[in-house]
Amino acid sequence: MAGIVSYGSYVPYRRLKRAAIAAVLGVPATRGERAVASFDEDSISMAVEALRDALKSAPQTPVGSLLFATTTPPYGEKLNAAILGAATQLPAEIRAADLTGSTRAGLAALLQAADAAAASGTFAAVAMADARLGAPEGKLEQQSGDGAAAFVLGTEGVIAEIEASASFTREFLDTWRAPGERFAHSWEERFSLTQAFGPLLQKAVTTVMDKAGLKPDQVARVIFDAPNPRAVDEFVRAAKLDPAKVADPLSLTVGQTGAAHIGLMLTATLPTCKPGDRVLVANVADGADAVILRVTPAIANFRPIHSVGRMVESKGDVSYAGYLKWREILPTEPPRRPNPERPAGPPMLRSEKWKYGLVGSRCTACGTPQLPPQRICVKCRARDRMEPYPFADRVGRVATYAFDRLAYSLNPPVINVVVDFEGGGRFLCEMTDCEPDKVAIGDEVEMTFRRLFTADGIHNYFWKARPKR
Amino acid sequence: MASRGIKDRVAIIGMGCTRFGEHWDKSAEDLMVEAAYDAYESAGVDPNDVDAYWLGTMGSGVSGLTLSEPLKIQYKPVTRVENMCATGSESLRQAAYAVASGAFDCVMAIGVEKLKDSGFSGLVVTNPPNDGTPANMTPPALFSLLAPAYFKKYGLDPEKGRDVLARIAWKNHKNGARNPKAQFQKEVPIEAIKNSPKIADPLCIMDCSGVSDGSAAAIVVRAEDAHKYCKNPIYIKALSFVAGPAEGPISQEYDFTTFPEVVATARDAYAQAGVTNPREQISLAEVHDCFTPTELVLYEDLGFSPRGTAWQDVMEGFFDLEGKLPVNPDGGLKSFGHPIGASGLRMMYEMWLQLRGEAGPRQINNPRLGLTHNLGGQPGRCVSFVSVVGSQLG
Repeated sequence: MAGIVSYGSYVPYRRLKRAAIAAVLGVPATRGERAVASFDEDSISMAVEALRDALKSAPQTPVGSLLFATTTPPYGEKLNAAILGAATQLPAEIRAADLTGSTRAGLAALLQAADAAAASGTFAAVAMADARLGAPEGKLEQQSGDGAAAFVLGTEGVIAEIEASASFTREFLDTWRAPGERFAHSWEERFSLTQAFGPLLQKAVTTVMDKAGLKPDQVARVIFDAPNPRAVDEFVRAAKLDPAKVADPLSLTVGQTGAAHIGLMLTATLPTCKPGDRVLVANVADGADAVILRVTPAIANFRPIHSVGRMVESKGDVSYAGYLKWREILPTEPPRRPNPERPAGPPMLRSEKWKYGLVGSRCTACGTPQLPPQRICVKCRARDRMEPYPFADRVGRVATYAFDRLAYSLNPPVINVVVDFEGGGRFLCEMTDCEPDKVAIGDEVEMTFRRLFTADGIHNYFWKARPKR
Repeated sequence: MASRGIKDRVAIIGMGCTRFGEHWDKSAEDLMVEAAYDAYESAGVDPNDVDAYWLGTMGSGVSGLTLSEPLKIQYKPVTRVENMCATGSESLRQAAYAVASGAFDCVMAIGVEKLKDSGFSGLVVTNPPNDGTPANMTPPALFSLLAPAYFKKYGLDPEKGRDVLARIAWKNHKNGARNPKAQFQKEVPIEAIKNSPKIADPLCIMDCSGVSDGSAAAIVVRAEDAHKYCKNPIYIKALSFVAGPAEGPISQEYDFTTFPEVVATARDAYAQAGVTNPREQISLAEVHDCFTPTELVLYEDLGFSPRGTAWQDVMEGFFDLEGKLPVNPDGGLKSFGHPIGASGLRMMYEMWLQLRGEAGPRQINNPRLGLTHNLGGQPGRCVSFVSVVGSQLG
């Protein structure tokens, strides 16, 4: 039976305190903080981070398909999933698609991937990420958060089997956003609560429990996600589910991460599960999906590379003004420097493995790793004796650094570091997720996939260093 | 195979240099006309006497037409050269070799840059279409990489390091205040330098060279002909230029406290000129102080100070106008300004004045050998030029 064979998750480093929003806007303060994609992050870059972990933890078996679920695809036209595939160095021989339009896309993608894995007998990857934008003073701005999760599904080495699923689709007006609009609209809360989310959640849960032949007390953990958290609370009460079994919605620490949220909650919950546990997972938005997962003994040997808990703890604040600038909600005076030049198609294609995969080269004559990939060895000058050498998962140390207050950035100063990789190789790149006064020679850093800038509608993705998380 | 040099085979018989600065009322063409005619006049030659031209500019025009059109040069070879911030020196090097080869009798090297028309802060370089992966760093940030590395290697705490850098800027402004052609002719107190706005910490705006417009030109002939034109020419003792393999940003062996390219050009130039102890033998130097840490590192790369000790020489005034080896007596890039294509020739212009005793209030006592150093690029990835010139043959 198909199920989850590995997973990864990603919560960005930055946090925005809800009280900080309230203090600026003069609106009532709500509790907690939300995770914020940094100025150089979007749904693609966050999905890459989660997918890297999921693939690294998966068995060394070819992945046959890749789905990317998000309501905030950086490209309206152009396959977003292709960038995920390039950044994680998946082979070209895969089926890939973006699933978008609803926060329901995350669980829908997971189920599609499970079906694909079951039908093909190969592994299927799914990544889900969102960086939704709420209008200032609105609920979404405070309640949403940014993040990502990723799974590899298959029929071998399964840690959580999909025992049963149920899906319902209804047309009703709750949340909508037309192309070109920055902020979503939503209908009156009571309408969707009483007429849509409540009944749909009930129907999906009842159906999937019946299919699996389970009674509520046979379920070990419950993971619910709904655009309106009150729908979940009311349902848990009405269904007499044990609140202790209900997974933390991460509302005080991360916020609702759109299409990624059901996945993020699941990756936060799985490490707490024992073999044999039944996990009820349900998601409502434009309909509902519910799944029963049966945790297998293989879970005992699975350790996530970055746990959600560790990602939640690893954080640094952004001010509300900083957040508004990052999202370009608050326009700022541009520096007296030229705009970034757009990257060009042919050079990007030629350097696909370098640009997206951070694959450098290693001289087979003298063994020296180097990046970007070279033809003549930097050390022994041997010509064309290189083999590919990936750097994305290597750690390094800062050899020297610079703070550039003149260069264009949404988050000045641009911090640049010279990274000396363990095992060889040096790279001069941007450093992110850190404060200028915290950088020192000898600091340990790791590599992270980011969006450097956007020019002429072309998002320029590449790698940066960050302090080890 | 060797770099044989052309010691004492070529002489400079006339030079011109505009004031450097914000020439809102002058185009690049205006500046070239001024510098070229100053040079003709200085050498006492007619434009028709000049057989060929080398024009250095990084971005103020392409091809020889950039010069031949405003000067109405009558069907003669004009070559446009570019080697980043060493462009001006490169035009002189090409002109000198053309004369030394015997191909021409009398040639002009001229450099120009018009930076203040762009409306941008600092220097802007446009790249060929690329894959979007080259680092987005401005020149001050690239050169600021030297500071933490140098401070750490030689045990300078950040405050001490900051003082050393400020002392270099202070010295160059003090010299520039004695130069009527400099962009900034004002002394600046150390505290004002340290308190100026940060641009690439620890570098403040006062650690950066002046962004300016300007042009400079030299007329070059064979040494044996020099006295036909002028009674006190200056002689080229050495010209050295290298483009490095750019290993610094990709090799862990580079430590950001030196420019290997400068070391190579200095070694070559000293061999050509017969200089064995530059600290003692060089009377004055104009070096590429694009940012204060650059000048600090250059002292060591050029052999003026033993490794790790340049900062002490700085604090003791060794490189001051009254010091043992005055560096950047004309104010340097810092105070004279840095119109890219003109800077290398501006450095030579100071040699022209000093070696002939025409430097006025900043005249150095009886100089014998002068050095100019010009570089372009970034630490670990640059081109470098060193010349040695003297007032006497032999």
